[in-house]
Formats: sequence, structure tokens, C-alpha cells
Amino acid sequence: MEALLYLIPLAIGLGAVGLTAFFWTIRSGQYEDPKGDASRILHSEDKPIVDEDDL
Amino acid sequence: MAETISIKDAKFCPSGQTTAQDLARMSSEPALGADALTPYVQTKTGGEKSIDLMISGAHCSGCMAKIERETTALPGILLARMNLSTMRLNVQWRGDDGEAETIVAKLEQLGYGAKPFNMELEPLAQKKRVSFLLKAMAVAGFAMVNVMMLSVGVWDGGEMIASERKIMHWISAAIAIPAAAYAGQPFFRSAFAALKNKHTNMDVPISLAVILAISLSIYETIHNNQHVYFDAAMMLLFLLLIGRYLDNRLRLKTGEAAQRLAAMQASTASLISSDGTIMSVPAAMIKPDDHLMIAAGQRIPVDGEIIKGHSDIDTSIATGETLPLAAAPGDKLYSGMINLSAPLTMKALAVSGDSVLSEISKLVEVGEQKKSKFVRIADRAAQLYVPVVHSLAAMTFIGWLLLGSGDEVLRTASLNAIAVLIITCPCALGLAVPAVQVVASGRLFRKGVLIKSGDALERLAKADYIVFDKTGTLTLGSLQLSNMDEIAANTLETAAMLARASRHPVARAVAAAAGPGPAAENILEIAGQGVEAVIGGKTIKFGSASFVGAHNKASGTESWLRIGKAKPVCFMFKDTPRLDARTTIEDLKKRGLGVELLTGDKKEIASETAAGLGIDIWQAEISPQGKLARLDELKAQGHLTLMIGDGINDAPALASAYASASPSGAADVSRAAADIILQGNKLSGLITALSISKAAGRRVFENLSLAVIYNMIAVPLAVFGFVTPLIAALAMSGSSMLVTLNALRLSRR
Repeated sequence: MEALLYLIPLAIGLGAVGLTAFFWTIRSGQYEDPKGDASRILHSEDKPIVDEDDL
Repeated sequence: MAETISIKDAKFCPSGQTTAQDLARMSSEPALGADALTPYVQTKTGGEKSIDLMISGAHCSGCMAKIERETTALPGILLARMNLSTMRLNVQWRGDDGEAETIVAKLEQLGYGAKPFNMELEPLAQKKRVSFLLKAMAVAGFAMVNVMMLSVGVWDGGEMIASERKIMHWISAAIAIPAAAYAGQPFFRSAFAALKNKHTNMDVPISLAVILAISLSIYETIHNNQHVYFDAAMMLLFLLLIGRYLDNRLRLKTGEAAQRLAAMQASTASLISSDGTIMSVPAAMIKPDDHLMIAAGQRIPVDGEIIKGHSDIDTSIATGETLPLAAAPGDKLYSGMINLSAPLTMKALAVSGDSVLSEISKLVEVGEQKKSKFVRIADRAAQLYVPVVHSLAAMTFIGWLLLGSGDEVLRTASLNAIAVLIITCPCALGLAVPAVQVVASGRLFRKGVLIKSGDALERLAKADYIVFDKTGTLTLGSLQLSNMDEIAANTLETAAMLARASRHPVARAVAAAAGPGPAAENILEIAGQGVEAVIGGKTIKFGSASFVGAHNKASGTESWLRIGKAKPVCFMFKDTPRLDARTTIEDLKKRGLGVELLTGDKKEIASETAAGLGIDIWQAEISPQGKLARLDELKAQGHLTLMIGDGINDAPALASAYASASPSGAADVSRAAADIILQGNKLSGLITALSISKAAGRRVFENLSLAVIYNMIAVPLAVFGFVTPLIAALAMSGSSMLVTLNALRLSRR
């Protein structure tokens, strides 16, 4: 039973971390444009790290 | 003409989803000038300027990427971010307010329409409510799993001693009390507001059950008794919040669709001042008797009367007629119509606030209020449910008090009375209806049908008489060349060279049939007659029969092409019905539903369409008020009407019909008024919607029956004092699962 002394706080603590993260996602507006965000990842502005002309 | 060429040059949607409406908009609406944009530019604390633009014509992620990339590439732009869900682009830059004009011109060049968005229209309150419900749901879910984890330990903990159990209960209390206080707010507020107005709704028993379950559990925890109800209370909140969140999100989306109407209103006008100079002013600043210049292709900004010039006017937005009308001095113009062929001077009659468009918007509001009188099914149930349950609880209390004996009689009586309240809490009842609605709307969404209000399904299932609008609803709403086989390819190309420069629907149809190509030079367009040009030394005329010197052939829409002195060639046009219009109507008739056609279009065209589609009852040349009157007549005959329309002129009828639908190409005001929106160029979604709504109706009935059966078993147990928290939790989650699973059956077939 002693295990409960740290298991219960641990379980609740982990849940609380998840809850805080969820609140953060709401606050930072991550549900404002699900459609746009889903497609934004397909259009990355990344360029090759090494400029092709230098090769 | 330069405008026509710019359409060809504009890069369209990269995935090829550019629609006919987008093309029409691009050619008929000039980009907004600086005067119309600067009032909407906001200056931030750091001196950066910012503007929100409503974008039209964007369809896919490629459009979004293109818009963001090209806008950011303009000099001085700090940020351009587009929201693909709300179709709004936020641009920030450093410098002059006038830069907004450059941005809009760039977007126009890319092939997208941009109108400033008035930030006052933002539904901030609804957005806050939806976001709060999401947070409340998360909190309730968190509390539910943690409290349940602890209570499973208590139920199963054979070797658990009283002091350990006490610790478990106190931890549960520490989680559940703040969580219930936070997540229960939507219900507590609504219940309090209802009680203050001496009403009752579903939130009253919900709030009471949550508060009583928590209070009783605190009492039991303090007295170190075996049973607590924290888990039951949290589960109740969590399950109900899911339904509440989905419902509110659906309504927020509807509100945002209505906003687009405001952005659609013509927002600038070219004012002719007393000294003859022309300046561009916002339409809201126009006063009656002001003289305005309307260029060819421009939307009429306010209601007015023509004082100079002859032109063709596209009146389809106000009357539903496919063909433009010739307009001359003295004719009236209404805001939203489009001037097609020649510049006009007009005198403003009414200011923007009381123009036809605003009037129709008001009609929609009235219709919507009428609709909200349909008491929501759950609230209707609550009016029966609440008194029954509360008197049952009171009787349990009195019964146990009278029949019981011993020291604890008061406690036992209150415990059992509270158990009755908790077990009868309308969990299944509160979930039964929303669960079916959410599943049904999800299934319809995948089939291309958008359901806008929760009770629309209920009404759709009951509708027994279908009223159709013609132009844009049963038909595609644009003319198409119907006798292409009879016309030689080079003749068609010659006609297209003349047609490409014109905005007239007939010319559009010819240009579309011929495909891209060059336009003739020095084209003369005569309003209401046709176009004329000289190609290779020959005078070529394309227009009405009298214009080219031919004899009218048929009753339908036709145009003639005459090259020099050669024999004129006839071009026939038709507003073609949607591909599945006929089968849809046959299907509706097979289901025993009445079908009727009401259109603002001419008699001959209406009768031809009706005959072609197999509609026996039709009325033509009918005004928006006439449509309303006909719907009232049908209502008086005891019919429950389903109105399907797309134009601004249909909006009042859509709002006042028992149920309503719009194709997705409809005017915004109509889409805002309709209960369901049919996506794609298909009407068959209507059949799907009708059958799913019928199935949903059956599921709601089954779910309500399940809830009743559940109560018939659980309530006697509670009344006679057999309900332990384990039974309460099992019974409540069991019944909730049962109704949810039953609702999910809808998505399978």
C-alpha cells in the first residue's frame, strides 16, 4: 500500500501536465484554423541547407 | 478589353478548383481603392499597420500558400497569415495606410477577391463560449478519469481499511469539488437564468444532480461513510459537456457564414461631386440624391435610379432571372445587381442602411426568430420531466420518513431522495438527442451536406412538401451553348473573338464553349443589342436577331452571328438543369412528397424547365413576397414545406419555410438562412439528407425509449434504497453508452 503514496500523486501529476498542455494549446490558438494548419505542413518554406550552387 | 485579358493571365487555384462564380466575380468586381480600405487599417502599438481581409476564390492549401507567399514578397510586409477555416487573411506591414491598396491589387492579380473585414463583426462572445466549453470538457475529463481510478480502488479494495478509504475519498473530493465548480458553470448559469425567469430547462435537473451528488459525497466523506458519488457527478458533467461543446461549435460556424454577407455588400461607390470630379467613397457615406458613376462590370452600391446611359443589368441576385435586362434612364437599380455593358450615371434613392439587401437581411432575422420558437426537444422533455422527478424525490423522502424507524431515519430518507435525483438525472436523455444529431451531421458532412442547426434534422424528417427555386437551384444558373453541333468550329471561334470582351452571360457561354483564345480589337458593345467588330475588313455582328437582321427562330434564348453579308448563324442557349435534377425529383415523388417550382424567371422558361424535370405544379414571375405568400398558403393547408433556393430573393422564403436547403453556390444570405447546404453541383444530397434525417428520427425515438426503460428499472431501485454508488455509476454510464452506441449505428449504414 505504501506504493500508493507516490503512485497516486504521480498519476494525478501526469494528468495535470496533460491538462496544462491542453490549456496551452487552446490559449495559443491552435484550434482556430485546423484546416489551414493541416495543409501548412505540406508547404514548408525550407530550402536545402547547402546551396546547390556551392556543390 | 484589358479586364478580359487579366482574367486569362490570373493564376487560378493551383488544384484547379476555380469555379464559375469565381470567374464571374473576378470580371465583375474591380479591386477596391485606398479610400475603401483605409478605414479598416489598424495601427498597432509598435506603429505596425494591420488589416483583415475576407478572401474569396481560395479553395485549397495551394491557394493559401500562394496568397501568403506572394503577399509577403511585397515590399514592407512583415506578416501575412491566412486562416483557411474562416477564409480571412491578416496582413501586417510597416509604412503607409495606403499600402493596403497594393496588397488588395496583388491578391486580385492572383485571382482572388479581397474585401476588408470589419472587426466589429467578429463573434467574440460565441468564440469565448466555445473555447470555455472546450476547457471545461478537458477539466471534467481529467477529473473523471482520476476520480474513477480512485473509486475503482475503493470498490475493489477488499483489504482496504476505513482510514485508507477515507484518504481515497478526500483525494477524490479535492479533485472533484474544484473541477465541478469550474466545469459545471455552463449548466449552473443556464439553470439559474431559467429559474430567475420562472422557467425550467434541462439544465435545472442537471445542476441539481451535480450539486446534490457533490454535497452528499462531501457529507459522507466527512462522516467517513462508505459511499461517495464524486465519480458519478464528474462523469455526468463530462458526457454532457461533449454534447454542449459540439452543439455550440456548430452554431459558431453558422454565425461566421452570416458574417460573410456583410463582406459581400458593395462597399465603394464613385461619387460625382458638384464640380464634376469623380471620387471613390465608401457606400455607407452615400446620401439620397447623390449622383454616382457606375462603370461596366461594377456592382450597384446602393439603390438608385438611372439618370444617364443605357446598359444591360444582371438582376439575377434580386429576381432570379437568368438573362440580363436592358436598362434606360428612369429605371430603378437595386444594390447587389451588376452593371454589365456600359457606364451609367445614377441617382441614389436610399442609403445603404435601408437598401433591398439590408431589408432582405432583416427578413432573414425575423424568420430565424420564428424558427427558434420550436422548443428544443430536450427542453420540451424537461418541462414534463422536472416536476415528475422532483415530486418522486419528495415522495421518497416523505415515504422513508413515515415508514422508517430508528435514529438515522432522517439521514436514510435524505440519502434515498438524493439517490433518486442522481439516478434520474437526464444523462441518457441529455445525450440521446445530441448524440444522434452529431453522428447524423457527421455522416451527412462526409456526403457533402452541411447541417446548420441541431433541430434541422428533426424538421427535415417531417417535411412533406418540397418547393424548389429554378435558377441556380434546379439549373446550374449559367447559360450554356446548346446547339454546338450545328455550328462550324471557325464560326464559333469568330463569335468567341467578339464574345471574349463582353460580360454578357450569352457572350460568356460562347467564350466558354470556344475555350481560350484571342479577343478582337475595337469591339463596340451596344447595350441590349450585341457586339460589333471589324475583322479582316469584314463587319462582324453578334447579338439579337434584330441587331444582325435575322428572324427569331425559337422561343428560347438565342443569339445570331453575321459575318459581312453572309447568312446569319443561330446560337441557342439554355440554362441547363443540374445533372441529377430529374432523378432527384423522381425520387422525391416516389417518396410521396409534393414537389413545386417557384421562380422569378419568365413563364416560357419556367414551363420548359418544369416539363423537362417532371414538375407538375409551378409558378413563374413570382416576387420574394409572392414566394413568402405561397409558403404561408401551403402552411395554411397543413403542409410542412421544405424550401430549396439559392438567390437573395429566396432568402426570406428559406427563413420562413418549415425547413430549408441551399446549394453551396448560393448567395451568402441564402446560405445563412438555410438549414442545410448541399455541396458540389449535385441535388442528390437532398435525398441523402432526407433519408438520414428519417433514420435519425428513429434513433432519437429509440434512445428516448431506452432512457425511459432505464429509468423504469433504476428509479424503483433508488426509491426503495438499493442504489449504492457502484450501481449509480454502472447504471449511468451503462445507459449513456447504450444511447451513444445506438446513435453510432447511424454512421455505419
